Amino acid sequence: MNQTLINYVLHLADNTLILSQRNSEWCGHGPVLEQDIAITNISLDLIGQARSLYQYAATLQGGNVTEDTLAYLRDERAFKNCLLTELPNGDWGQTILRQFFFSTYQHLLYEKLLNSKDETLAAIAEKSLKEVTYHVRWSSEWVIRLGDGTEESHQRIAKALKELWSYTGEFFIPADYETATANEGTGVEIAALQQPWLNKIQDVLQEATLPMPEAKTYMHTGGKTGIHTENLGYILAEMQHLQRSYPGVEW
Amino acid sequence: MKIQQNYKLTTVSATANNNYLWDKLKKRAMSVQELEKIFQHKVDQEIKIEPKDWMPDAYRKTLVRQISQHAHSEIVGMLPEGNWISRAPSLKRKAILLAKVQDEAGHGLYLYSAVETLGTTRNQTIEDLHSGKAKYSSIFNYPTLTWADIGAIGWLVDGAAILNQVMLCRASYGPYARAMVRICKEESFHQRQGFEILLVLSKGSPEQRAMCQDAINRWWWPSLMMFGPKDGESTHSDQSMTWKIKRKSNDELRQQFVDMIVEQAKILNVTLPDPALKWNAERGHYDFGEIDWVEFWNVVKGNGPCNKQRLEARRKAWTEGAWVRDAAAAHAEKRKARQQDKAA
Repeated sequence: MNQTLINYVLHLADNTLILSQRNSEWCGHGPVLEQDIAITNISLDLIGQARSLYQYAATLQGGNVTEDTLAYLRDERAFKNCLLTELPNGDWGQTILRQFFFSTYQHLLYEKLLNSKDETLAAIAEKSLKEVTYHVRWSSEWVIRLGDGTEESHQRIAKALKELWSYTGEFFIPADYETATANEGTGVEIAALQQPWLNKIQDVLQEATLPMPEAKTYMHTGGKTGIHTENLGYILAEMQHLQRSYPGVEW
Repeated sequence: MKIQQNYKLTTVSATANNNYLWDKLKKRAMSVQELEKIFQHKVDQEIKIEPKDWMPDAYRKTLVRQISQHAHSEIVGMLPEGNWISRAPSLKRKAILLAKVQDEAGHGLYLYSAVETLGTTRNQTIEDLHSGKAKYSSIFNYPTLTWADIGAIGWLVDGAAILNQVMLCRASYGPYARAMVRICKEESFHQRQGFEILLVLSKGSPEQRAMCQDAINRWWWPSLMMFGPKDGESTHSDQSMTWKIKRKSNDELRQQFVDMIVEQAKILNVTLPDPALKWNAERGHYDFGEIDWVEFWNVVKGNGPCNKQRLEARRKAWTEGAWVRDAAAAHAEKRKARQQDKAA
C-alpha cells in the first residue's frame, strides 16, 4: 500500500469536499436566482470530484474503506485540505474571491496532473479540468464585476482580499506527500505553480481595479498536515453527524 | 356567427397565420364581450393562449397569482430541503440533494419567466412575496427535523405536487403549460429519490425504521392539505376549470393521491396515520379521514411552525444580495459605456 499516494489523493479530495460543503451553504440563499444556481453547480462539480478521488483512495487502501468512511469517519487531524477552503463564506465577495483563488490554483494543478504517471489521477484531472475552467471564468468575472462595480462592492471585495490573501501561500508550500509524489511523477511540483498563479491573479485584480497584495505577506499554513483553523471541527461535526450517530448502517 | 366563422379559420392555421387574422380582427374594434367569446372558444378548442393574445383581465390576474405562487413555492421549498444538504448522510445523497434543490431553483426561474410574459416583472413578483401579498405552498412552513423528512418530502410532497403539475401541463396558457412539461420530468425524478431514501430507511436498523415512520406520520396530513380546500369551499376553482387552467378539482386530485400513496406505502412497509383509511369497493377508491381544517387555515394565515423563518430567510437573502445585484448592474453600465467610447 502506497501511503504517500493515498495521502496525496486524500489531500486533493479533502480540498474539493470541504469547499463544496462551504459553497453549498449558499444553496437557497444566493443574491439572485441565477447565481444561487451557479454556486450550487460549482458545489456539485466539487463534490463530484471529491467522490472520484475518495473512491480512488478507497481502492488504494482496500478492505472496508469506502468514499463515505473517508469523508465521514476521519477526524479533524486527518483532513488534509488547505486552510482557505474551510474559511467561513462571509459575504458574496469573500465567497467569490475564495473560489477565484482556489479555482485558479486547481486549474494549474490539474493541467499538470494530466501528465501524471498515475492513470487514474490523470483521468480525474482530465474530467475535472473542463469544470474548473468554467469555475475560473465565472469567479474571475465576478471579481471584476465587484471590484469595478459600485463603491460598496469595491470596498467589500478589497476587504475580502485583505482577509483571504494570507491563506493563499499554503497552496504552493509542499507537504511531504506532495514532494514525494511529485518526485515519483504521480503528483505535481506545486511550488512551480506559484508564479503562473500570481500572474493570473494580477491580471484579474488589475481589471477589477484592485491592488495586488504585498508579495511578502505572512502566510498561514498547516491544513495540508492536519493543523486546521477552528472552523473545520464545526464543518465535520455537522457533516458527519448522521454517520457518527448511527454507525454502520446504509443510507 | 361571424366572429366564430372568422375564428374557425384561425383554428386550422399555423400560429403566424393565426396572429395575422387575429390582428385583422382586433382592428375592427370589437367589444369586450366579443373578445371574451373568441377567447373562450379558443380555450374550449384546446388552443393555447399565448402572451400576445387578447385575454380577459381576470384570466391574466388569476395566472399571475397562480404562477407566481407556484414560483415562490419552488424557491421557498428550497429552504426545508436545503436544511439537510450540509448533513446528508453520504456523499451520494449529498450530491443528489444538491442537484434536487438546484432543480427547484431552476423551476422557480422558468415560472418567474412565465409570469413575466404576463407583464409582471420578476422583481415585482418577488417583492409581493416579501411583503406577504403573495402566498406560497403552506407545506414548506413545516420543519424538516430528521433525514427521513427529506425522503418524506420527495415521496409525499413532490408526489402531491406532481399530480397537480401533470394536470397543469395541459393548462390553457402556453408558457405555463410548457414550463410545467419541463418541471414534471424533473419532479418525477424527485419523487423517486424521496421514495428511495425511505426504502433504504425502511429496510435499515430499528432507529432508521422509526425515523422513517415518524417522518411519514408528520408529513401525511400536510401533504393532503396541499390540494387546497374542499371543492365547495375553493374560491378560484370553478373559474379556473372553465378557463382550463385547472382540469381536475381539489378533491379529485386528493383522492388520486391517496389511492396512489396507499399502494406505495405497502412497499415501504409503513402505516399512514389515519384510522379511517380503508378501501371502498363501491367507490373503487380509498376512504380517508377528515383533514384538520383549523390547522390548515392557521398555517395559511401565517401561524405554521416555520412561516416566519421561511419568509425571513428569503427577505434576508434578497436584502443582503442587493449590493451584489447593484454591483453587477453598475459594472454592466460601465462596460457598455467603455465599449461605446471605443466605437466612437
